Amino acid sequence: MTDEEIPVSPATTAEPSVPSGPSGPSRGGGEMAIMQLRDVSVSFGGRPAVRNVTFNVSIEQVTALIGPSGSGKTTLLRALNRMHDAVRTAQVTGSVLLGGIDIYGGALHPTLVRSRVGMVFQRPNPFPTMSIYNNVVSGLRFNGIRKKSLLDEAAESALIAAALWDSVRDRLNDHAISLSGGEQQRLCIARALAVEPEVLLMDEPTSALDPYATRRIEDLIGELKDRVSIVIVTHNMQQAARVSDACAFLLMAEDRAGELVEFGPTAQIFSSPTDHRTEDYVNGRFG
Amino acid sequence: MLAGAGLVFVALLVGFVVDLVVQARPAFAHFGVGFITGTQWNPVTGHYGALPFIVGTLETTLIAMVLAIPIGLGAALALSHLLPPRTRVVLGGAVELLAAIPSVVYGLWGLLVLAPFTRSVIEPAVAFVFGHAGPGSGAEIGIGLLLAGLILAIMVLPTMVAISRDVLAAVPADQVEGALALGATRGQVLWRVVVPHARAGLLGAVTLATGRALGETIAVTMVIGNTPAFAHSLFDTGATMSSIIANQFTEATEPFHLASLIAIAVLLLVVTALVNVAARLLVRSVGRSRAAIALA
Amino acid sequence: MSVLSLDPILSRRAEVQRIAEGSLRRRQRRSRIALALCVACILVALVPLVAVVAYTVERGAQSWSVDFFAHLPTPAGISGGGIWNSIVGSLIIDAIAAAAAVPLGFLIGLFLAQADGRIAGGIRFAADVLSGVPSITVGIFAYGVLVTTLHHFSAIAGSFGIGLIMLPVIIRSSETAIRTVPVDLSEAALSLGAKNATIARRVVLPAALPGLVTGMLLAVARGAGESAPLLFTAIGSQYLTLSPFQPMAAMPLTIYLDGIQAFSDLQRVAWGTGLLLVVIVLLLSITSRLVTSRLGRTRR
Repeated sequence: MTDEEIPVSPATTAEPSVPSGPSGPSRGGGEMAIMQLRDVSVSFGGRPAVRNVTFNVSIEQVTALIGPSGSGKTTLLRALNRMHDAVRTAQVTGSVLLGGIDIYGGALHPTLVRSRVGMVFQRPNPFPTMSIYNNVVSGLRFNGIRKKSLLDEAAESALIAAALWDSVRDRLNDHAISLSGGEQQRLCIARALAVEPEVLLMDEPTSALDPYATRRIEDLIGELKDRVSIVIVTHNMQQAARVSDACAFLLMAEDRAGELVEFGPTAQIFSSPTDHRTEDYVNGRFG
Repeated sequence: MLAGAGLVFVALLVGFVVDLVVQARPAFAHFGVGFITGTQWNPVTGHYGALPFIVGTLETTLIAMVLAIPIGLGAALALSHLLPPRTRVVLGGAVELLAAIPSVVYGLWGLLVLAPFTRSVIEPAVAFVFGHAGPGSGAEIGIGLLLAGLILAIMVLPTMVAISRDVLAAVPADQVEGALALGATRGQVLWRVVVPHARAGLLGAVTLATGRALGETIAVTMVIGNTPAFAHSLFDTGATMSSIIANQFTEATEPFHLASLIAIAVLLLVVTALVNVAARLLVRSVGRSRAAIALA
Repeated sequence: MSVLSLDPILSRRAEVQRIAEGSLRRRQRRSRIALALCVACILVALVPLVAVVAYTVERGAQSWSVDFFAHLPTPAGISGGGIWNSIVGSLIIDAIAAAAAVPLGFLIGLFLAQADGRIAGGIRFAADVLSGVPSITVGIFAYGVLVTTLHHFSAIAGSFGIGLIMLPVIIRSSETAIRTVPVDLSEAALSLGAKNATIARRVVLPAALPGLVTGMLLAVARGAGESAPLLFTAIGSQYLTLSPFQPMAAMPLTIYLDGIQAFSDLQRVAWGTGLLLVVIVLLLSITSRLVTSRLGRTRR
């Protein structure tokens, strides 16, 4: 891993910040990091689930967390937007820097963290009592935005980005659950995008969908990364190879805690990994 | 043999309805629709109109629900989403124990303990709020409409809390997480996501609690004063459909008197049956079997 | 995507963050108030419970003595009266009611657990409706069936009413208890060659026993506390009566009839009886819950 410059968070400055230098998947270094994990560990009731993870999430890139089931990928992902706050027995140590500020440090309120780091879940979870429009703007409303023009603008932009605008623009007041499974998941993506987060966390977003819907969302991810940096958990290696620019490979150690085995550009992880365990995994030698 | 048992049961229920209707028939036949709209209840002159009691039932139930719905919902939210697990079990169990206390004991406590307190503290406060006019007018004697409403509220709270809690707890965790992940505060999660999600079941809980309030007899009859007339303020005595039956049945020597009381029972039966059916349909639509069992 | 088209997004992002940060205090405060109100609600809901139990214990215990349980009532104004006839009366009335309601309710519950169709649905529905019916109307039914026909008030008429109140509780809990017996238990027995009736007796019943016992205890707890159905059936008595065909005293009746009197020693009797009734009902409820958790667990 190369040393990264810590950028100023784009949200707190008025000017848009454009990453300098190429950001293609062939280069593993040189990009700015939007999020930095330093020795992140999560334990439940004293039992470690994930241990000492350190890597950077590059801006405008897709970073995939891969590894067999039980390796702590989802647990780690949820530490990135403080979702473990809601679990009484959970304890998170280490630091997660968002734009240079540790989200566990106390300078940022958890609800504000979550407005800057969005999440899409494994199974689509639109709010069933709300219409499509109300679902999409629900995040904005939670954060205190009430101005109709801003809500409309954000909703349209988010639905376009989620490739839903054309099919729902005439029925924004329909119930959200009248959409198909794949559409509902894209609605959830739009809902997360409407808040204009800097990072979008995706927890196996296509595992509950059929192959066609899966493909559409994978295409979407590629289109979204200019707008939000993405961290995606996937148990599907081919998906990781298809959509991500960098991969973090996690493996469960003997004490059942997940640890980071290797982190690097996707091409390198899949063609010439450093660790033999990574090589075994990507060559399908174990699940 | 099993089918036989089923038949016996059906026969019992049919017999139930038939028996009451038969006993009540003279009153309906004699007074017709005027029975329901009649405002006079006077065994001496032979006038029997049930309207004061219908209104009394509605009024006491209304007071009870106005209190029980918000408090019950708040308590259910606390039990299902806010309190730590062990506290949840203890407090939840305590609320359920409330439901096991016989209504006659509530009536006794209401008459001998809450009535004096109502007279000395609650009624003056209410009178102050209403400026000693309208609902807050009249002599403050403790027993009466307000006290009946209070006791009913206390008695339907366990139902309200237990079923609401089950319904609220059944809201899937990923709904809560989805809202949190967008930056919602815990209060927003509860108010904007959890409660709306559970609204059908909550309505069922409200309806069921209302059904119980409508039919409650003994506790009400002990504290309402049983004046067979309209109550003119919250402090006035009055009567409900069930309380007047309990109060006058054993003294009804005149045949129309008894038939009229039973006619009131028929009305009561119809109303509570309808409300209970509606409640169970609502709760069942949520598909939560624990809540459905809690109804028994 | 060109840099230019990112501009509206970035400026929207900045504005969203500005509003979010600015409104954070207000949103947090509102949330905290809402949560505090909810917790306050549960405390408020518990105040009456504590009050009822506390007063009943305090005032009821004052009446308790050996004499109180062993003696018969004395006229108002004369001290030393007791509730022996009420205790015996409750036992007799509730026992007769249970003797009728438990077998019938169990059979219906068994029927419902095995059948699934229009008829079963209808019966289940009817049981639900019956459980919500005002207890005073049950008393009127019992009056019509057993008092007018026999031409006088009797304990058995009271048992009829109480039995009707117990019935839906037993039906419901029996059906649930039998339904929750794992299907593989009876299937295993079938595969070993056992007949249906034998399976029912040897396999299903024992497994369902905790649930059935629970239901029975809950039904008795419910029935023992009802006074409305007894008001014009058993109507109460000053004497110890053992014949079911005569009026009979019962604890809930005594509480009501003595409680509404103006005499303080009658009120004291009411409190004492009330405490006894509460203790019995609570014991039954707690026992039923223990039965479910203990026995249910060991059987698995």
